[in-house]
Amino acid sequence: MSKILEDLRYADSHEWVKLEGDIATIGISDYAQHALGNIVYVDMPEVGDEVSQGEDFGAVESVKAASDLISPVSGEVIEINEALEDEPELVNQDPYSNWIMKVKVSDASEIDSLLDAAAYAKICEE
Amino acid sequence: MKTYDKLIFELSKPGRKGYSLPKNGYGTNGLSAIPDTLLRETPADLPEVSELEVVRHFTNLSSKNFGVDTGFYPLGSCTMKYNPKINEEIAALPAFNNIHPLQDAETAQGSLELYWNLQKMLSNIAGLAEFTLNPYAGAHGELTGLMVMRQYHISRGDHKRTKVIVPNSAHGTNPASAMVAGLEVIEVKSKPNGSIDVEDLKPLLDDTIAGIMMTNPNTLGMFETEILDIAKLVHEAGGLLYYDGANLNPLLGKVRPGDMGFDIMHINLHKTFSTPHGGGGPGSGPVGVASHLVKYLPNPRVKKNVDGKFYVDFGEDSLGNISTFLGNFGVMMKAYAYILTLGKENIKNVGPLATLNANYIKESLKDDYLLPIEGVCKHEFVFDGLKDKSTGVTTLNVAKRLLDYGFHAPTIYFPLLFHESMMIEPTETESKDTLDEFIDVMHKVAKEARETPDEVINAPLTTIVRKLDETTAAKNPILNYKALKANKK
Repeated sequence: MSKILEDLRYADSHEWVKLEGDIATIGISDYAQHALGNIVYVDMPEVGDEVSQGEDFGAVESVKAASDLISPVSGEVIEINEALEDEPELVNQDPYSNWIMKVKVSDASEIDSLLDAAAYAKICEE
Repeated sequence: MKTYDKLIFELSKPGRKGYSLPKNGYGTNGLSAIPDTLLRETPADLPEVSELEVVRHFTNLSSKNFGVDTGFYPLGSCTMKYNPKINEEIAALPAFNNIHPLQDAETAQGSLELYWNLQKMLSNIAGLAEFTLNPYAGAHGELTGLMVMRQYHISRGDHKRTKVIVPNSAHGTNPASAMVAGLEVIEVKSKPNGSIDVEDLKPLLDDTIAGIMMTNPNTLGMFETEILDIAKLVHEAGGLLYYDGANLNPLLGKVRPGDMGFDIMHINLHKTFSTPHGGGGPGSGPVGVASHLVKYLPNPRVKKNVDGKFYVDFGEDSLGNISTFLGNFGVMMKAYAYILTLGKENIKNVGPLATLNANYIKESLKDDYLLPIEGVCKHEFVFDGLKDKSTGVTTLNVAKRLLDYGFHAPTIYFPLLFHESMMIEPTETESKDTLDEFIDVMHKVAKEARETPDEVINAPLTTIVRKLDETTAAKNPILNYKALKANKK
């Protein structure tokens, strides 16, 4: 059973978001890292890039497959997790502390359209 | 010598030679006039070995290979059928082998006739007007086909059409080829059985659509029963239909892509037409088109005069050259030999036998392996891993365990529609005995997964190398001797 943190919001494409003020921290869920298997590369956006809810902002490549990363919110990328450039496997080790990007959100209400932990758990069970 | 694992550089001894050259009676032929800037500064690092060492080295390496000639190779989506040896005999005929692409067409009539005949045969099989045999492999064929699609729209002045619709279950080469061709990829969803969702397709069809890429049977081995409706919708919207020939094998001589409404397709001679596959092949990816697209086919073209003579032509409306000369000619000879060996009657048995073999394995194993899509499949099908998910044994583990039993693994973790995909394609060339052996082993592995899961999880146990570190291989590949030496230091 994969780990789902209570205080996060989730997209059905398996990204998680933590919103603090107008800064959203975004990563992929434990379910996603497990399904992907050993991650060998994380293709991240650049600081200053604009991302939109529902649009891809990068990709995760594992030994099994490459999978698009879909942004759960819209806004401007203010930071990326540079540690993942050399050690993408950190995402496998702990997908919740090893976030991928931070976004200054343009519309905080977008978060309401995302799933809470209980609803996301249901999707993972299916 | 199963354990042999040397690189030829490791056998090298300074000064050892496998040749002796005659005394040079021709001078330097002006070689001394080559400017220093074009000469290498240090001698090339080449292995210095005797002839016998070379022979032993490569013979030992070749015995470590697994191929269709050594065992069952049920790699889904790859059509690893037997490559009849008569193909090789024909391709080795000196009269064909010693021709030069620049010689006068008058002196190469036989070769041009073979090219022309093969493209005619493929046109008949595909239900399309004409083929070019120039593309070097499947993905190159896809790119060429999409370039034809683009050229068609541009030549009509319809510059808006820049998008190609690709199902989310498609082979990865489809969106990749579309990107390389400068087109934008739009994904259309699949229904649970892998078929295109027509309702999801409809809203995508506007005047920016260049066409759609499909394969039929689809990636899950199921026939797209709504193909005629899809073709009608796409054509009404002004788009073209591209057929990925990867899954042509079950339809051979029975159903023609042209009759289903496809305008463009490629064929993998190295799949459907029994030419060697993998390890560089080389491949060949002929592209066929409907009559209104013939003029865009790449140059050069082989044509036949009214007097029966063949000539090489360069069309003005052509999208240009996509290959040097006429493609991988040796591969065409093998495919030609295959078609003539089977003949019109027997080629119709390929699909039904490939389909029967796939369904036989599917039905025999679905008690132990999870079959997400019920029903009659075509030449291949997909399991979603073991039925019993409680053992902790994954599809990767099963694939590795099969190696211990002397079988090549199926395609795994593709398609992406399921988490534990295992895609099995036996082809028509396997006997029932071989299929039964494979089925027995698959049952045995499922039993091991329940009773002694560690044995499966730690597999392979008997191969020359055990489970490889795929993560390091992907992140830090060592691809040549220099890198190996540096890594050892």
